[in-house]
Amino acid sequence: MRLNFTVNGRAETVDDVWEGESLLYVLRERAGLPGSKNACEQGECGSCTVYLDGVPVCACLVAAGQAEGREVRTVEGLADGDRLDPIQQAFVDAGAVQCGFCTPGLLVQAHDLIERVPRPSDPEIREALAGNLCRCTGYEKILDAVRLAAERKAGAR
Amino acid sequence: MRPFTYLRAPDVATAVRAISAEPGAKFIGGGTNLVDLLREDIEQPGTVIDITGLPLTGVEELPDGGIRIGALVRNSHLAAHRLVTTRYPMLSQAILSGASPQLRNMATTGGNLLQRTRCLYFYDGAAACNKREPGSGCDAIGGFNRQHGVLGVSDDCLATHPSDMCVALAALDATVETRSEHGVRRIPLVDLHRLPGTTPHRETVLAADELITAIELPPPPSGAVSRYRKVRDRASYAFALVSVAAVLKVRDGSVSTVRLALGGVAPKPWRAYAAERALLAAPATEESFTRAAEAELTAATARPGNAFKIELARRTIVATLRDLLAEGSAA
Repeated sequence: MRLNFTVNGRAETVDDVWEGESLLYVLRERAGLPGSKNACEQGECGSCTVYLDGVPVCACLVAAGQAEGREVRTVEGLADGDRLDPIQQAFVDAGAVQCGFCTPGLLVQAHDLIERVPRPSDPEIREALAGNLCRCTGYEKILDAVRLAAERKAGAR
Repeated sequence: MRPFTYLRAPDVATAVRAISAEPGAKFIGGGTNLVDLLREDIEQPGTVIDITGLPLTGVEELPDGGIRIGALVRNSHLAAHRLVTTRYPMLSQAILSGASPQLRNMATTGGNLLQRTRCLYFYDGAAACNKREPGSGCDAIGGFNRQHGVLGVSDDCLATHPSDMCVALAALDATVETRSEHGVRRIPLVDLHRLPGTTPHRETVLAADELITAIELPPPPSGAVSRYRKVRDRASYAFALVSVAAVLKVRDGSVSTVRLALGGVAPKPWRAYAAERALLAAPATEESFTRAAEAELTAATARPGNAFKIELARRTIVATLRDLLAEGSAA
């Protein structure tokens, strides 16, 4: 089938898609966007988190056919050109990246959190990120980064 | 994943016609369970019918004060909906205690009802599982059965129903509405799921060509307080070891209304009727709560791995009712 959807603000048409393949596969292997990571393929780990029509979902569990006509925003779409989004800059500054495999999913999920809840409490951060697993167990720095990004965004308002 | 034909249904009539024309076809909603099961080769439909375009996404107020929830309302949307947070806060609590934010953003109300067990042997193609492959046996019996059921299970299957939302719905007297070529049917939620018996692969009373269109809740009992309490191995993103959904109203020191349902312990959302009978008109005391919990759990059967669940269920029922009693008295 031919799949038409919008990704990071750009209309995308992909041919020869099999409806049963995942949106994650389409993004990584067909649309040249390997930022979203393929880890558990079960919706357990959150590494493939992308925005679908404005809400974060696990792209590994979205059948490609279900993305028809919809709007996707991936980790590649967070930055404004060369200027990192505040959540990305905070991950850099807080050293919240170890092996980096969980990072793209965490960035999208944390981005959504501070868009919705500008000054999240620690329990709110933990609950929002519960579906994003870091195998390096670097959670403390990740929490630092989310707090830092929230502070900076609040200060910039 | 095996190849399948993918159809997109624009309306309910087309969806129902498509599934009755294709025995073995499956509806796909949020996909959080079905996509995984397809990938694991546990579900092998020849045709997948995408129903996410159907107009079943509303939450409406009913004339009697209840609500009607479209089958395709996303879990996160439902949990945050004003009609739910104000009238059925227990339902919000139950939904938000399940899965992760990403999964709740995708998962639908109808799909939540039909999600399949998370029994590890069901998922493991090398293991014996009567649910996945009827007649093959049950490796959970004699295996690692810490997560498994103690009520309503059989010698052929120990699997539990994984939903939190359904436990709250069971205590709220929800009704499930379906459509098929034969018309509309209304099924009490507590009658939707079957007990395993000798046929654990038959999980609900739905016909293969039946589409869940809505869930309806009657108005909440006036003056009652309610709560969903979930006990699990970590604070978030884990299935229930035991959960309790309870609605309680006390008048003049006696229980005048009670509805109790349990999760994590049974093959279906378990309405605790024996406990309710023991509580109704009884003094609202710790002793009554304990007696009621014991009345429900006398029927429990344990395996070595999950014997702790009986005591855990007893304590969680008592603690939940105790909290509700305090909350109701303070109000």
